[in-house]
Amino acid sequence: MKITLNGKQIEVNPGEYLLSVIRREGIEIPALCHHDAVEPVGACRLCIVEITRPEWEGWSRLVTSCLYPVEEGLIVETHSKLVSDTRATLLDMQLARCPDAEIIQKWAKEYGIEKTSFPVREDADKCILCDICVRICNAVGRYAIARTSRGIEKVVAVPLELGEDQACIGCLSCAHACPTGAIEWKEDSNTRTIWGLTFTLEKCPVTGEVLGTPQQLDHFAKKAGLSRDYFTKSDKAHKHETAKKFVKII
Amino acid sequence: MVFQSVEQLIARKKELEAIRNKVKRRIVVCAGTGCVAAGSLEVYDELTKQLKEANFEISTDLMSCAHRNGSTHFVSPSGCHGYCQMGPLLQVEPDDILYMQVKPKDVGGIIATLQGKQPPDTKLLYKDPHTGAIQKGRNEINFYAKQERIALKNCGFIDPESLEDYLANGGYNGLIKALSLSGKEIVDIVTKSGLRGRGGAGFSTGKKWQSALQAKAEPKYVLCNGDEGDPGAFMDRSIMEGDPFKVLEGMTIGAWALQSQRGYIYVRKEYPLAVKRLQKAINELEKAGLLGDNILGTGFSFKVTISRGGGAFVCGESTALMRSIEGKVGEPRAKYTRSVIKGLYDCPTVLNNVETWACVPLILENGWEWFASKGTKTSTGTKAFSLVGKVKNTGLVEVPMGTTLRQIIFDIGGGIIGDRPFKAVQTGGPSGGCLPEQLLDLPVDFDTLTANGSMMGSGGMIVMDCRNCMVDIAKYFVHFLLEESCGKCTPCREGLRQLHYLVTLVTEGKGDENTIKQIERVCHAMKEGSLCSLGKDAPNPVLSTLKYFREEWLQHIQEKKCVAGVCRALITYWINPEKCTGCLICGRACPQGAIIGEKQKPHRIDPAKCDKCGVCYTVCPERFSAVEIH
Repeated sequence: MKITLNGKQIEVNPGEYLLSVIRREGIEIPALCHHDAVEPVGACRLCIVEITRPEWEGWSRLVTSCLYPVEEGLIVETHSKLVSDTRATLLDMQLARCPDAEIIQKWAKEYGIEKTSFPVREDADKCILCDICVRICNAVGRYAIARTSRGIEKVVAVPLELGEDQACIGCLSCAHACPTGAIEWKEDSNTRTIWGLTFTLEKCPVTGEVLGTPQQLDHFAKKAGLSRDYFTKSDKAHKHETAKKFVKII
Repeated sequence: MVFQSVEQLIARKKELEAIRNKVKRRIVVCAGTGCVAAGSLEVYDELTKQLKEANFEISTDLMSCAHRNGSTHFVSPSGCHGYCQMGPLLQVEPDDILYMQVKPKDVGGIIATLQGKQPPDTKLLYKDPHTGAIQKGRNEINFYAKQERIALKNCGFIDPESLEDYLANGGYNGLIKALSLSGKEIVDIVTKSGLRGRGGAGFSTGKKWQSALQAKAEPKYVLCNGDEGDPGAFMDRSIMEGDPFKVLEGMTIGAWALQSQRGYIYVRKEYPLAVKRLQKAINELEKAGLLGDNILGTGFSFKVTISRGGGAFVCGESTALMRSIEGKVGEPRAKYTRSVIKGLYDCPTVLNNVETWACVPLILENGWEWFASKGTKTSTGTKAFSLVGKVKNTGLVEVPMGTTLRQIIFDIGGGIIGDRPFKAVQTGGPSGGCLPEQLLDLPVDFDTLTANGSMMGSGGMIVMDCRNCMVDIAKYFVHFLLEESCGKCTPCREGLRQLHYLVTLVTEGKGDENTIKQIERVCHAMKEGSLCSLGKDAPNPVLSTLKYFREEWLQHIQEKKCVAGVCRALITYWINPEKCTGCLICGRACPQGAIIGEKQKPHRIDPAKCDKCGVCYTVCPERFSAVEIH
């Protein structure tokens, strides 16, 4: 299957999305709600591209490349004036939402915006509502966080003020996947705190490394079909043991 | 009884029609939401009580008319008659008398007329405001005479809670016809009729069904969108409340054509009466063998469930609606794969609006040619509108497509309240736009409205006069959408936040030349970038007022003036001492105690205390009109 991308004809695989083709071709466009590990949702709208076909007789439209499957003969522009103008306005508005998010600052700069032309949101945090954390948590199998409320009130939160009785296992997958570092968490020698919940930490008796929270280790052992014992030592300790056995054999 | 076959149903229908024809008089009291609020149920109770006392032979359901011989008065509540402003309404057939604004105390007089003792009380009849002539029935009253009702045909004529009444009035003729046809034949009829989705987008219903028919996956779902959320719109509500069986018959026809076994009606939670009547109708139909397993002995099964919305406007959007039925957060998804292929639970799904479903039985019954002969070439049939705002006759109207705005607003609507000048009409709900006076002769159809920057939408029509500020109207809709946007995608969520900020600046007189540029920039990004059509169309109220009423926007910005006298920051109230008679009415009404003055001496407003609520302006009697806005 062939498409034309920024004037160049290229071979693509049926079923793949435009964004993966664009990235493979080394073209850089922002796609902040995209994460390779989870299904795309098209929320940030920054990966928009302009598509047309010869038979559309000059008509064209913007689509989000993360969700649009390739089609034979499609003509795609990633940086047309319409795309760039729209993308710049969106970045400008995102910058007003999250003025401290570095990735937004970086992309805004790329589109000529040093400072937002809109009033900055009061009490701005760094969350751009890309939904990656929620999808990652679902993929982990916990469904512990969700987008709640709607419109400008929308936030990602643990549901319904359940207090301590939460599905969150403190695994930090959400925090690590967050593109803006919006999810705050902290760890001291014995505890880890995230989403307002404090977990105790299990450590490797051999190396003293942090293994995770007991809830996290239970969940992963169950999910991977491994013995819980496997998770009572760090990788380093496991390696050490194996090496010792190996030495004995030879 | 359970109908085992089509023949049994036909035989029963004939019996019921015969019973209906034996009724001497039919008296219906409107039990639509508006009339109920105005006290129609009390009127109904009083009517049945007094009729009995006056020794009338009365029945309150069709079946008990069966054993009588032509002297029975059949009294029942009905769905919405449409002329809500004049409620409670009471209609007498075959005399064709429509009594308006009836109170329980008026019932005695109405009964005396039924007894032939006196002519109808003219106080309860419609008086043409232009000619002063008394018009006693629907055939004479302009509001009704100029309408053509298809979707609303039964509303106001039959008892919405009686399957017998529905069957006696042409009910299930559509399904009977459909059962003799194949799915493909039915889809062809619907396609040829030219029926387009009444929910807003105007997509060809036949084409939608065709795609679902061709879709390979199983099961297929048939959905009805009753999540009418546009401010001031109540077409679907009236149909669900006034003729629930027709909606269900339409869905059953669709399900038969697509061989779907499962249907859902999504009704917003603010419509409890619609939910109650639909549920009652479903129960009756299941008992009669017209829904559920093995319908009419054909082996075809179709079950319908009511799914209640939680009140989110966005759930009227098709993909958000499906997610909501699935029990997930009501957020739209990108429709690069259409719902007819991958909809509810990722299965092929046909979703139509209430009014669209209500058109289907009559198209099957009367043929596609009949439907296609109405309206215009590309927008066939009729369309229901809820006509509200500064118009004399507010209510529900249904007219052929292609009727002009002027005909709807001036002929049916009776013109503007107080005969003030017309300014604009807002069509299509929050996603629609405002059309000015020079476009009053536009034919109302899907394509013309869209081409002029507005849209058909589900059929809301809000009329505005010189006392409406167009910037304020734009702000109202932006505010509405700001609260109702789901917040999933950036352009809609952040765009509405900024749009609301910018439009508010203008209404406060703080805008400058850059403000409009910035507004247009945001609108553009929303139109191009939003995920669903709700976001894409959200800037329409702003863009259409900027297009047709730019002068007014500029006045707010350059002269810091709101000529309509609406934007508080830009106006002051002033009492004209030459007109003020010192009647004290405004002084008593002012919540701030800002009005100074003694009886029979001109009053004055203390600007330091006045918070510009406008109560003085509203209460000052029209014969004085002493309060002025500057």
